[in-house]
Formats: sequence, structure tokens, C-alpha cells
Amino acid sequence: MEAERRLRPEDVVELNPNYHFRWEEPQQAHVLLYPEGIVKLNQTAAAILEACTGAPSIADGTAELSRRYDKRNLGAEVLKFLEVAHAKGWIRVKS
Amino acid sequence: MPKAGSGLSLDGLGMPLWLVVELTYKCPLKCPWCSNPVDFNRYRNELTTEEWKAVLREGRRLGSLQLGFTGGEPMLRRDLEELVEEADGLGYYTNLITSGVGLNEKRLRALKKAGLKQIQLSIQACDQELNEKLVGLDVFAHKIAIARTIKAEGFPMVLNVPVSRYNIDHTAAFIELAADLGVEYVEFANLQYYNWALLNRAELLPTREQLARSEAEVKAARERLGKRLTIYYVVPDYHDNRPKACMNGWGSIHLTIAPDGTALPCQEARLIKEIEFPNVRHHALDWIWTRSPAFNQFRGESWMKEPCRSCSEKEKDFGGCRCQAYLMTGDAANTDPVCAKSPHRHLVDALISGAETRRDQKPLIMREGGYPRRTGAR
Ligand SMILES: C[S@@+](CC[C@H](N)C(=O)[O-])C[C@H]1O[C@@H](n2cnc3c(N)ncnc32)[C@H](O)[C@@H]1O
Ligand code: SF4
Ligand code: SF4
Repeated sequence: MEAERRLRPEDVVELNPNYHFRWEEPQQAHVLLYPEGIVKLNQTAAAILEACTGAPSIADGTAELSRRYDKRNLGAEVLKFLEVAHAKGWIRVKS
Repeated sequence: MPKAGSGLSLDGLGMPLWLVVELTYKCPLKCPWCSNPVDFNRYRNELTTEEWKAVLREGRRLGSLQLGFTGGEPMLRRDLEELVEEADGLGYYTNLITSGVGLNEKRLRALKKAGLKQIQLSIQACDQELNEKLVGLDVFAHKIAIARTIKAEGFPMVLNVPVSRYNIDHTAAFIELAADLGVEYVEFANLQYYNWALLNRAELLPTREQLARSEAEVKAARERLGKRLTIYYVVPDYHDNRPKACMNGWGSIHLTIAPDGTALPCQEARLIKEIEFPNVRHHALDWIWTRSPAFNQFRGESWMKEPCRSCSEKEKDFGGCRCQAYLMTGDAANTDPVCAKSPHRHLVDALISGAETRRDQKPLIMREGGYPRRTGAR
């Protein structure tokens, strides 16, 4: 297995193109849909995914979250969740 | 079918998150383990395009998210592209489950345009000869070619391997093939013994030794390939001592519509002859799902008997599979006989040891219309 390095704040991450991320009204939750699978996300997870995929970097996404929720020092929490999302294949590092 | 680690532990809030539409029971292949009813030929009054669209709309209103188009062979329906387009517009994640027969580049492009998200292609062997022996037709080269075209058209893809004594020794070769085709997922689905598979059970059940070898090969491949290829391994039911959490519970998150519009809590359920399953031609899907006696019969826990009723596992496995309880004990409300606590477990043990000691080979009963006959290869 190729050695997986840990994510860094300057990394750019994107959603795995085989995954669809969206709000699902009946569930009142964000969901990830992928080949034959569903994941229902809690609010925090959804907010992090939304802010960090598509941002110029993880650090930028984190700053955006800090502004939106008026909270500081989110960096460690964000990286921890993104590591999990990365390990599960939901997101990938853009080269 | 929902994969482990995906929808299985999901709380659907009482909604049928998984909708499976079996567009037709017709199929040019003759797999002797086919999960379709043995009397599939009796059900010829398939739903029309408009009737299927109504099912899709009502399903979405009930909260369905994942949609599987299957059969029989769904490619035999000329309106598949139209139905996929309707489903995509409604907001479903659309999956096509196919043998690849009837699929070509032109239809793949039309399906892509219609919004199809994912394709599961079944493959039964790694070589032409065995594949033809198992499905009754020479389609191996076509399957490989179409697998490459599916990838070239940019679909994520699951390679599905229905596993029996006949192909289990080729586990490593299947993995190599999957990696070579560049698919994202390969699924080893040890056969579930209902319908045609039940008729051929004695011939199809692998031995313990075969299973152990195949599981070891999967483990080694997972370590070697890592994220390049995700390998799902659906463990063989009988060899476990706890039953599968079948369908995440009856009427919990799963809804199947059979070709004639019969609504089922799982694809096999119509084999329970004592239950009258409702039909979308006569009832609203909402009533079927929430109120019909059939969908409520084994919902929750109140129907359970001992040993399930006082067991601490009942919220995890829901007492196992109702169809299996029915087939092996004659009462669908009994504990799944796979469970070590079931008073019927000896029936399962006898089947397992039968696979170890069997000597004479009988020809396989191939899936065909009319009365099942032993016509297959030895
Ligand atoms: C009934 S088939 C219909 C779609 C298509 N004809 C095909 O075979 O791919 C749906 C899926 O169930 C699998 N399958 C069929 N019989 C099975 C059985 N007895 N146990 C487990 N999987 C089975 C097939 O390999 C296929 O992936
Ligand atoms: S499992 Fe085989 S026989 Fe059954 S529908 Fe699929 S391809 Fe046809
Ligand atoms: S007794 Fe019933 S609930 Fe308990 S483990 Fe067995 S099947 Fe599951």
C-alpha cells in the first residue's frame, strides 16, 4: 500500500467525483451519495466538507468556518475530520 | 444490494431509502443461482413506462434516495434511458445492475446523458469456458469489452462476482481482472440460497477450505492494493454463527418493486407464499409502505418469538432473514436457522458438512422458463 501522508493546512482538497454531496429535505440533513451507499452527515461534518472542498486550501476553508461560526482555533478539529473523510475516500488531495 | 459499511447501520427515519426496481424478469442468461423466482415466467404483465414513472415519483416523495435498476436484465427494457432520466430529475442517485448483455457504447452514452451515476456489472468467471458453462451463453468477451467501455465513458463501476464452489478458487484472478479493468470496486457476493440457488444448493456450496483460501486472498489483495481497489466481501451466510442483519430489518429502509408491480420488503420475499404482497397497480406506495399488513408483519420486534425475543442481539440483527426462516423451518416468524441459538441450527450444519463430503456431481439446473430441469454442465 502506498504510504498515506497526513493532510496539511496548505493542501487543496476536493470531493471524490464519484460522490454527490447535497442537502436532503426529508432527512433534514446533508447526505453523501455514492455507488450503492449513503452517508448521513451531522451538521459539523457537513459544514467542514462544504467549506473545505472547493476552497483554495484547507486553511482558507478553516478561516471561512471561523468567520461563519465566530470560533477560533478550529484548525485541529477540521484536520481531524478531513483525515477521516480522506481515509474513507470521500475527498482527495488535488495535485 | 446495500454493502456493509454503507447503508446498513443507517437510520432512515422510517423512510425507504433504498428503492430497487426490477424492470423485468426476462433475461437471456441462465445463471443456475438466479435470485429471480423459479416461476418467473408466470409474471409477464410488466409495468408500463408511465406506471414505473409513477413509482419513481411516489418513492421519492416517501424519501427514497438510492435507486437500483435491475431485473432480470434491465437492458431489455427499451425505455430504460427514459426512466433513468426521470429518476435523475427527481433527485435519485441512480445505479444500473446488469449482466452487460444488451449494453453497447451507444446506449451507455445515452444513459450517461440521462444522468445514470453508477454501473454494477456481474461477471461469473475469469475465462470464456467457465463463464459459458455457468451462464449458458458465450458472452465473456462481450462482458470484458463492455467493462472497458463503461470505464471509458467515465462511470464508477462495481464488478460483481456471484461466488460459488465453481469460481471461488479464482478469487485472486478476479481481483487481478478488476485491477486491470480499472474498476473502483469489486464485490464478492457469496451466493444467497433462495429460488434457483436453492434448487442447486448442493452443487454450489463451497467447502470450508475453499472459503478460507479465498478470504486469505482477499486480505492479501487489500493490503497490496489499498485505495486503488475497494474489495467488498459478502460473507457466506451459513458459515457464520450469527445471522445477517437482513435488509436492516423488514420494512425498515428497503423497498423492491417486482416487474408486475408487486411491492416487496426484499427481492426474495415473494417466496413466502402465506403473505399477500400489495401491488402498486392497486394501492398508493405511501399506503403500501406505511400501512399495508405485508410491510408491517415483521416490522420492529413485537412479532419475534424465542430465542430472539429475550436476546440482546435483536436490535443488531433483527432475528436474521424471514425468507430463510420460512424456507428452512416452515415459519417465517422463527429465528433465522443460521443463528447458533436457533433450535434449527443443525439443518444448516448438515448443509455445510454435506458440502465437505459430497462426491457425486449432478448437472446444474439452469434458469429457464417452464419446469426446472437438470440440463446444465457437470
Ligand atoms: C438478479 S441479478 C439482475 C441483474 C443482472 N441480470 C445481473 O445478473 O447482473 C442482480 C444481482 O444479483 C446477483 N445474484 C443473482 N443471484 C444471486 C444469488 N443467489 N446470491 C447472490 N447474488 C446473486 C447477480 O450477480 C447480480 O449482481
Ligand atoms: S442473475 Fe443471471 S439469470 Fe438472473 S437475471 Fe442476472 S444474468 Fe439473468
Ligand atoms: S437469537 Fe435472534 S436476536 Fe439473538 S442472535 Fe440469534 S437471530 Fe439474533
